[in-house]
Amino acid sequence: MDEVKIYSEAVQYIKIEMGTELFGIDISYVDNIVRPQHVTRVPNVASYIKGVINIRGEIIPIMSLRLKMGLEEIEETKSTRFIIIKMEKYGKIGLIVDAVKEVVALEDNQIERVKVDTSEEIAHFVSGVGKVDGVLVSLLDLDMVVMEKSSKEE
Amino acid sequence: MDVSQYLEVFIDETNEHLQNLNTSILDLEQNPEDMDTVNEIFRAAHSLKGMAGTMGYKRMQDLTHAMENVFSKVRDGEIKVNSAMIDTIFQCLDAIQEYLDNIQGGGDEGTNDNAAIIKSLNGFLSGEAPADDAEAEESEAPAAAKAAPSSSDGRNKWKDINLTEEQIDVIDAAKKSGKKVIGLTVYVQEACILKSARAFLVFKALEELGEIIVSVPSTQDIEDEKFEYEFSVILITDSDVDAAIKAAKGVSEIEDAVGGYLEDVEASDNEEKAEETSVADTVENKDVPAVAAHEGQNNKPAEKKKPVVNRTVRVDIEKLDDLMNLVSELITAKNSLVSAATADNEAANDVGEHIEYLENVTTSLHESVMKVRMVPIESVVNKFPRMIRDLQKKLGKKMELYMSGEETELDRTVVDEIGDPLMHLLRNSADHGIESDVALRKERGKPEEGSIFLDAYQDGNNVVIEVRDDGNGIDVEAVKAKALERGTITEEQANQMSDKEIINLLFLPSFSTAKVVSDISGRGVGLDVVKSKIESLSGEVDVKSTLGVGSTWTIRLPLTLAIIQSLMVVVGDEKYAIPLGNIQTIESIRPDEVKAVQQKEVINLRGNIIPIIRLNEILDCQSAKAEDEDLVVVIVKKGDKQAGLVIDELTGQQEIVIKSLGKYIQRSKVISGATILGNGEVALIIDPNALI
Repeated sequence: MDEVKIYSEAVQYIKIEMGTELFGIDISYVDNIVRPQHVTRVPNVASYIKGVINIRGEIIPIMSLRLKMGLEEIEETKSTRFIIIKMEKYGKIGLIVDAVKEVVALEDNQIERVKVDTSEEIAHFVSGVGKVDGVLVSLLDLDMVVMEKSSKEE
Repeated sequence: MDVSQYLEVFIDETNEHLQNLNTSILDLEQNPEDMDTVNEIFRAAHSLKGMAGTMGYKRMQDLTHAMENVFSKVRDGEIKVNSAMIDTIFQCLDAIQEYLDNIQGGGDEGTNDNAAIIKSLNGFLSGEAPADDAEAEESEAPAAAKAAPSSSDGRNKWKDINLTEEQIDVIDAAKKSGKKVIGLTVYVQEACILKSARAFLVFKALEELGEIIVSVPSTQDIEDEKFEYEFSVILITDSDVDAAIKAAKGVSEIEDAVGGYLEDVEASDNEEKAEETSVADTVENKDVPAVAAHEGQNNKPAEKKKPVVNRTVRVDIEKLDDLMNLVSELITAKNSLVSAATADNEAANDVGEHIEYLENVTTSLHESVMKVRMVPIESVVNKFPRMIRDLQKKLGKKMELYMSGEETELDRTVVDEIGDPLMHLLRNSADHGIESDVALRKERGKPEEGSIFLDAYQDGNNVVIEVRDDGNGIDVEAVKAKALERGTITEEQANQMSDKEIINLLFLPSFSTAKVVSDISGRGVGLDVVKSKIESLSGEVDVKSTLGVGSTWTIRLPLTLAIIQSLMVVVGDEKYAIPLGNIQTIESIRPDEVKAVQQKEVINLRGNIIPIIRLNEILDCQSAKAEDEDLVVVIVKKGDKQAGLVIDELTGQQEIVIKSLGKYIQRSKVISGATILGNGEVALIIDPNALI
């Protein structure tokens, strides 16, 4: 019976857009999605950390997902969102994404694990690729995303 | 019964009782005849036992029970307090503390039975104090072995009943005449309201079977409800144990009854005892599987429970009343605003007035909430007299600790953290400060007994805690020699350094001047830890010392960490807060007044040469000001040092709530935290201490 349950229980991902690609963020990590607001710059931190914001009295660091993934930074648009994720180790962290699409449910057999063999920086942050309605969604490995860059990449 | 919800209360109260016991026993050591103190100790031991029992901490209960017995005898004047007893009691308190630490850490009391302590406590009961320490230690091992089996059937409290000569005679006589002597411990349900009535019914039922010769507590106490949830009796009867247990359990609201045959009173027969134990165990297993599983088998690995302890603050009810009042005022203020808003134009003019009122209320509310977080440092410093007493014995020096200002209040978070640094300083004073050589003390015209002072007082927005001793003081030359030897400083530097600077070397990591390393202090991991701890609490530590006269260590801490007064400034287009406590003055300086000394910018302020720091450079942003405009310089101080922070603009003074930047951002030293402004934006707080 347990087996049946595992198969029927798909993991839900929030589909986000970064440039031309689609990415998925495991919904169980997501605390909140907010519209962009004033970010207070914090001096002397890694460039991808844009600063901190206040969400209901809590100070939350904001990082640019684009910079972290080695993409070019773009101006804020109407569809820009801050996705607040909650990590056990670091607490809440906000990720700036280009746009938030819908929530998709992916079962295990719909996900293809990828090996990190490409030299592309993005590949480090992807734990697998899911196929939704014929479109590929790269699933983000959030632990890798929030982890500090090693000095050689800096 | 699920007692986890009471765990926090239990831990708090046990800590409190332990503290009281420590203090009272120190008193008792001074005045062994003081009956008030004895009574207080007895009461505290009794409550401890009761609480441990309620929570199901068996070993702790047994230990406190033994301690209570001793004081019960002392109270009755049957035995006298002596120093061996005090030492054992202190051991006992340490053991209880260990249980408590285990409970706090993992929700379980641990498996140490402390049989040796119980044994020596029981030794005092019979009046035979261990002759000396060596003997006590010798007897420790067999005692532990002996006590171990009996602790597994600890619910059979009747085994702990102390019989008088006459009672033993009666029992012996009964046994000779072929009657059975049964010991019985009856547990009343904790929800039971009329426990004495239930106990009475049990007594009645048992008396139908035979004669009750002893009961603990006494029948009088039971009638007066002066017992916890259990009592023990010894019954002389023709019936067997099962019948007696059945009779006792026949009464409603009786949770459990355990019993067995009383062995020969003096000489214990192992076989009989084993049988008894098994009887007791089967009874337990049959009727209360849950309890039996937990209590009956010590060998079973302790269940892993997660620590469930939250940090709590005990709040004076008056402070809560204040809060309540303010909240009701807040509601009133809101209501008047609502009515002003809905009423016609005339009333709308009052809005300003209402807002002012609202402002007053929120300010007071805020103050009150802050006060709720404040606790007296008493809870931390109270353990020190005991520590000094122990050190005195260990080091073989005579000294006394004098404390004042224990009622000084600090934020709970600070109070929690301040204990270790203070302990370090006190140990330091006891170990290195007070001269071990009594003759030397005499020569210096000091009394034989060394004095250590711990004074706390409030000074403006700070709390100052001073640790002072009349000992040897710091030997500047020795420190210098040591620093040279270690290569911490060069010869050249050494010659230039003032005494104060040299003394401050002590705060560097791995610097100990003690010639003999002891286990009390002097591994060189002391003072730097003290310093970093105090600094992490936004405080500072300083030392003044005169060789041969003594040293004074001064710790200065902010009253509260959560809310501070600060100056709001603008640098570039960003807002920052600078804590007001650090600020001395604010000056306007013409650009041409800035001079360069050794590639550093300085200003001459009324004869003082002060280095200036351009905040925009530190904060990595562009100043919005033109080169030729006057500089706004905030003069900040740290100890004796000063520095001028160059900012673009002042926006005013504000009370700010300090928030953490979180774990993710590797914050630079300059930024101590963040705060939320009125418009919801975040402003960073600058820590001037890191800049100087």
